[in-house]
Amino acid sequence: MSHTFLEQLWIARYVIMNGIGVTVSISLLAILAGSVLGVFVGLALVYGGVILRLVVRAYTDIIRGTPVLVLVLASYYVSAAVGLDLGPFSAGVLALAIFCSSHVGEIVRGALQAIPKGQTEAAKAIGLTFTQTFTSVLWPQAMRQCLPAWVNTAAEMVKASTLLSVIGVAELLLRTQEIISRNFMSLQFYFLAGGLYFIINYGIEHFGKYVERKTALPS
Amino acid sequence: MGYTLNFAAVWRNFDFLLSGLALSLGLAVISILIGAVIGLVVAFALTSKSRFAVVPARAYVTVIRNLPILVLVLFAFFALPQMGLRLDKIKSFVLVLSLYSGAYLAEVFRAGLLSIPRGLTEAGLAIGLTGMQIRSSIIAPLMLRNVLPSLSSTIISLFKDTSLAAAIAVPELTFAARKINVESFRVIETWMVTSALYVATCFLIAAVMRFVERRLALPR
Repeated sequence: MSHTFLEQLWIARYVIMNGIGVTVSISLLAILAGSVLGVFVGLALVYGGVILRLVVRAYTDIIRGTPVLVLVLASYYVSAAVGLDLGPFSAGVLALAIFCSSHVGEIVRGALQAIPKGQTEAAKAIGLTFTQTFTSVLWPQAMRQCLPAWVNTAAEMVKASTLLSVIGVAELLLRTQEIISRNFMSLQFYFLAGGLYFIINYGIEHFGKYVERKTALPS
Repeated sequence: MGYTLNFAAVWRNFDFLLSGLALSLGLAVISILIGAVIGLVVAFALTSKSRFAVVPARAYVTVIRNLPILVLVLFAFFALPQMGLRLDKIKSFVLVLSLYSGAYLAEVFRAGLLSIPRGLTEAGLAIGLTGMQIRSSIIAPLMLRNVLPSLSSTIISLFKDTSLAAAIAVPELTFAARKINVESFRVIETWMVTSALYVATCFLIAAVMRFVERRLALPR
């Protein structure tokens, strides 16, 4: 058995790459599904009737008040108990998407409400319908406002994807733990995993800053 | 489907959940207090003019904020002993959550420090205070009042992060819930009650913070 870190790293290379792949797919799926759902949550919070608003408000408050780990565990165990055979991967992605949706919902709500009332009035004055007002006046401005917080949520989802290791999804962190249980190099391989997560999140953060600069209003 | 809710098993173990919640709160309070001290020092370093202060402070905040807390928790518990630092699970978790809170609170405090007008420092200098005195008796108190709203959401999110201690078998609320879940199979009931306990605690924290905010607000 070889004992240097580099030899162990070479042995584990495919396992690690596989783990990165799973981490990235979990994060992407959760961000996509969560953002789509989150936009509806945000719209319901701003334009919904009293009852819809109350229901959606309760949904976001409950989700935001519960730790992600609890959501992941609950999604995993509850889906099995009610006879939905989701498996750990789908149950985990579902939990992360729900978590993401409540955050995106709040971001969208904040962005829409930050647009001055005069914009809607001006749109009405030139005879736009509500749909036209929304799609060509409010939404583009809200998108620009959302962007920094949304990128932040995306990085948050990559970090939250580590929690799926607890229910046995073989993403990067669980793969790392498996490798460590074979070669006992916990220091080196946790450093490696930390470094990989750092690179992914740092990349997302900088991409976000780039997009923000690109979409900023010229001043 | 035929699933009837039956909370008996959960109520029987309710003490266990409550003591878990107490431990969660304890972990959060200790870590956030230590983290607030770290955060304050780092925030002053971030806003200082000296490169020797800014660079390490920025590095600390960037590294911690871009790492998943679960990786840090596992690292502190399983890898630090290899470096000769052997901590029990509660101590290692408090260490991690303190450092983690420190980085997040530093960003909150930094934003607050930037909002303090420069004239206050100058006024402090004019009446002969030292730099340390100006920071501790003029800038820090004013900054704290300004950041209370964003402090509230950071504290809530840090409280929720105590659930990660379950991963190294610290018997806090999530760990207790998982145990009850596995032992009783009253799956839905267990997670409903657990989630309700977390949500209620978060609302309580938010209410306390709003109360503090009102008490400290300037009279108008």
